Amino acid sequence: MSKPVVFGQNLSRYYEVSGGVFKKPGLVKALDGASFTLEPGKTLAVVGESGCGKSTLARLVSMIEPPSGGTLEIDGKPAVVGSVEHRKTVQIVFQNPFGSLNPRHKVGTILEEPLRLNTDMDAQARRKRAEETMERVGLRLEHYERYPHMFSGGQRQRIAIARALMLNPRVLVLDEPVSALDLSIQAQVLNLLADLQDELGLAYMFISHDLSVVKHIANEVMVMYLGKVVEAGKTTDLFEKPRHPYTAALLSATPKADPAKKSHRIMLTGELPSPLNPPKGCAFNPRCAYATEECRRSAPKLEAVGVTQVACFHPLG
Amino acid sequence: MALLNIQNLSVDFKTAGGLFRAVDSVDIACERGEILSIVGESGSGKSVSMLALMGLLPWTAQITADKMEFDGKDLGRMSRRERRKIIGKDISMIFQEPISSLNPCFTVGFQIGEVLKLHLGMDRATRRKRSIELLDLVGIPAPETRLSAFPHQLSGGMNQRVMIAMALAGDPKLLIADEPTTALDVTIQAQILELLVSLQREKQMALILITHDMGVVAETAERVQVQYAGQRVEEQPVLDLFEAPHHPYTSALLAALPERAVGRKLPSIPGVVPGQFDRPTGCLFAPRCSFVKPDCHKGVKRQPAELGHALCNHPIASSGSKTSAAGGAA
Repeated sequence: MSKPVVFGQNLSRYYEVSGGVFKKPGLVKALDGASFTLEPGKTLAVVGESGCGKSTLARLVSMIEPPSGGTLEIDGKPAVVGSVEHRKTVQIVFQNPFGSLNPRHKVGTILEEPLRLNTDMDAQARRKRAEETMERVGLRLEHYERYPHMFSGGQRQRIAIARALMLNPRVLVLDEPVSALDLSIQAQVLNLLADLQDELGLAYMFISHDLSVVKHIANEVMVMYLGKVVEAGKTTDLFEKPRHPYTAALLSATPKADPAKKSHRIMLTGELPSPLNPPKGCAFNPRCAYATEECRRSAPKLEAVGVTQVACFHPLG
Repeated sequence: MALLNIQNLSVDFKTAGGLFRAVDSVDIACERGEILSIVGESGSGKSVSMLALMGLLPWTAQITADKMEFDGKDLGRMSRRERRKIIGKDISMIFQEPISSLNPCFTVGFQIGEVLKLHLGMDRATRRKRSIELLDLVGIPAPETRLSAFPHQLSGGMNQRVMIAMALAGDPKLLIADEPTTALDVTIQAQILELLVSLQREKQMALILITHDMGVVAETAERVQVQYAGQRVEEQPVLDLFEAPHHPYTSALLAALPERAVGRKLPSIPGVVPGQFDRPTGCLFAPRCSFVKPDCHKGVKRQPAELGHALCNHPIASSGSKTSAAGGAA
């Protein structure tokens, strides 16, 4: 096992929301106690439905905002908001390449901006570095002078990845990097990410809701529900034998591209509860088929069950 | 006789750079009680062809078709007034983003009632009764109280259920679902798909499901039509399509699915879908195809039904060796 680059323990992020003039403000626990490590050359996938806190986790790891609790260490040193050191180590790629690139800047300017802000390279060196990176992600050199609107979605995502690579980071946080792309383009970008990881030994935190992509790319998976980690483990273990009822339901709800294999679907009734008013006990209990009195009373802790870690009183199998 | 029979439908958009052909001589046929899926990437013209059928395209669109028949009536030749009686009643449509397709200013009950009033001429009391029935049918708990809810008070999945209730209000013979679950989470997606299929069976409606998700196609459709750059490139029953795709595009698309991947690298399709200004002559897929031959750049011919109506000069005959060759085209 290689030394982890990023180590997070009990990370949490609470937001205070005002409830109106006469109501007392509520507290949304967007992320509640997530622990993980990111190792060089490895991919940790974070999966879950909308509102489960996976993007909040991405924002914490890339230090766009500080955690409200827990520790985040980079190379054994605690992370600080806005430190150049942290920015050089951890970079982020966002979901929508149509929104994350400034339409008024040329590709060259977009790529050089991280260098201009965080290093003291001169213009010539910056341009050289930008051209190297463009080549690496499969963009042509004449694209340097173009504007983002002249590119397709896949190309734009390449620009976004190139921008993240400009500072030679060791960790990339990928927040749904392929969800906005078409299937044939998605495969191109996933291949690019795999190549970059092999060449540069990057650690990925891959955030996605698409389980087939996660199964393909990740070494380890963390399943989240309503701000809490409900199951974590190696990809193969987790996909083969999900222990948490939510993981099992999520796996069975994902459509499989094989019409001959009509799978039995575990139908979840109801919807994600409001994070402002989460259910008592285990957050999943109102939708869970195995819920008992105990689940409604107290929340289970993440504990090792077999080969994976599960937060459930009645793990499956 | 087919319920819906569209032949040689083309849609051109007037743009600043000249005419852009979004749908290129597409045939669509759908039987009563059938689930047809139209699958394709963005820009393949799958939504535009259905919007053309519904008459929902802006004035910049020029629609031409040899035949646009629904239930024995030619939609292309009838007046707009007559057509409006069919659209929304016998043919109805649900869209990708439920929150933006519902009017935020009116309650759910009002919006369902509107359909009932317009198409069925029901009075207020019957409308209310029927609205409650409809909401109950699509699985919304406590429908009486939900009638007075505004769209922003409901979740995405609930809003999509309301859209389905509205679409079902006129007891349609054909329901067109345009990416109905793309904006929803997987567990909610499973619920909505299950609902659509069970309603389709119960009412013996025809359902046209437009999607880009191969998993959704595999689990719901009976017959699949694959579109690429505005053309229909292949059409087969779902089992055959996944087993033995005949068009190189379909084959490459299936190979690019992460769940079908064997190694770390996915067999991807090089290049991008052609746009307005780089439309190739001959076969539109030729620049990205791994089986391309010189004659593909001159023209392309339609193959017979045994070869999945593939629009290809050199279709893949059997699934065996050639599919894996397509896989190596990364």
